[in-house]
Amino acid sequence: MVGIVLVSHTLDLAESLARYLVLLGKPEVPVVPVGGDGGYGGATGSAVLAGIVKANRGDGVVVLGDLGGSVLTARHVIEQEPTCPYAVIADAPFVEGAVAAAMVGGSGASLKSVLTAAEGTRHATKLPQSIDTAPRQP
Amino acid sequence: MHSTLSNRDAGVTSTLDRGTILRWVTEIAAAMRQHRDYLVQLDAAIGDGDHGTNMNRGFDAVLRALDADETSPPGRLLILVGRTLVNSVGGASGPLWGSAFRQMGKRLGDAPTFDAAALVEALDAGLAAIVDLGAATLGDKTMVDALQPALGTLRGAVDAGQPLRSAVRSAAEAAEAGMRATVPLQARRGRASYLGERSIGHQDPGATSTAMILRALERAVSGTG
Repeated sequence: MVGIVLVSHTLDLAESLARYLVLLGKPEVPVVPVGGDGGYGGATGSAVLAGIVKANRGDGVVVLGDLGGSVLTARHVIEQEPTCPYAVIADAPFVEGAVAAAMVGGSGASLKSVLTAAEGTRHATKLPQSIDTAPRQP
Repeated sequence: MHSTLSNRDAGVTSTLDRGTILRWVTEIAAAMRQHRDYLVQLDAAIGDGDHGTNMNRGFDAVLRALDADETSPPGRLLILVGRTLVNSVGGASGPLWGSAFRQMGKRLGDAPTFDAAALVEALDAGLAAIVDLGAATLGDKTMVDALQPALGTLRGAVDAGQPLRSAVRSAAEAAEAGMRATVPLQARRGRASYLGERSIGHQDPGATSTAMILRALERAVSGTG
């Protein structure tokens, strides 16, 4: 089964999202939260690499970052670490991408399919385009 | 050590070695410690306020890592600097400077010494790594706005046969000019870009620490503090 690594600026955010993925009914999907520690923002490269190694069950790992440095660190580790050729980074929103990856991954899909599912959420809109989101006058 | 110092003063024939790299990162670490709160202040205005802390933490970790290394050639030392930064800094500056130092080191290879032209090529590889990973271009209000003009100036000065010391001084001045020029810019990359027009009027923290890194290089090739 394809593993999922959630990289966030704060460990709380990644852990909460990981717990939510379990609630989705796919507890067998290996999900590893990685995040900043000790009051410093962001996950370090070594923490990301350890998360990838931990999430790998032999079928590969999809990595999602929340924003900015999380994404840069994840990409750098995947590209530069010769020990993790089985990890890919998804260009996807953190929550939607993780949910899609867990749902498709839980069905035993391949690394490529899980990545495609995660990235399929990239342009998802949340409201019909006809809705006016401007603040209403009280 | 003293003979290499006098070689360096001779300009383009300068011989740089692992001592140069050790002095450079020691000077960077000192600057980041000294200016940590200033960088935090700049970053708090348009980012998430961790830049000074991250750079300080990262280069302190680099000093500890280099302390245990007594033999590596300059290129290998730079790769170690890069790896240490990525593994100790969580913010964007970790992977950005991490990949830059790594590529600089790869460019220098395993040679025990290098000259001014090789330094230019190494810095060029570092800039390319930053641009590739960060996808920033000149004018985006990032570290590239300090590093790119500095490199252009350094290359021109070295090509013209200027002594390395004054060439790097000109490069550091160009970095500082680029840093100041980020003030009126609207950020197009990084956290600051979320602020849109509200990012105008603030100096970019990444460009600021980059200018400090160039000043540190000037001190490293001068061999004086």
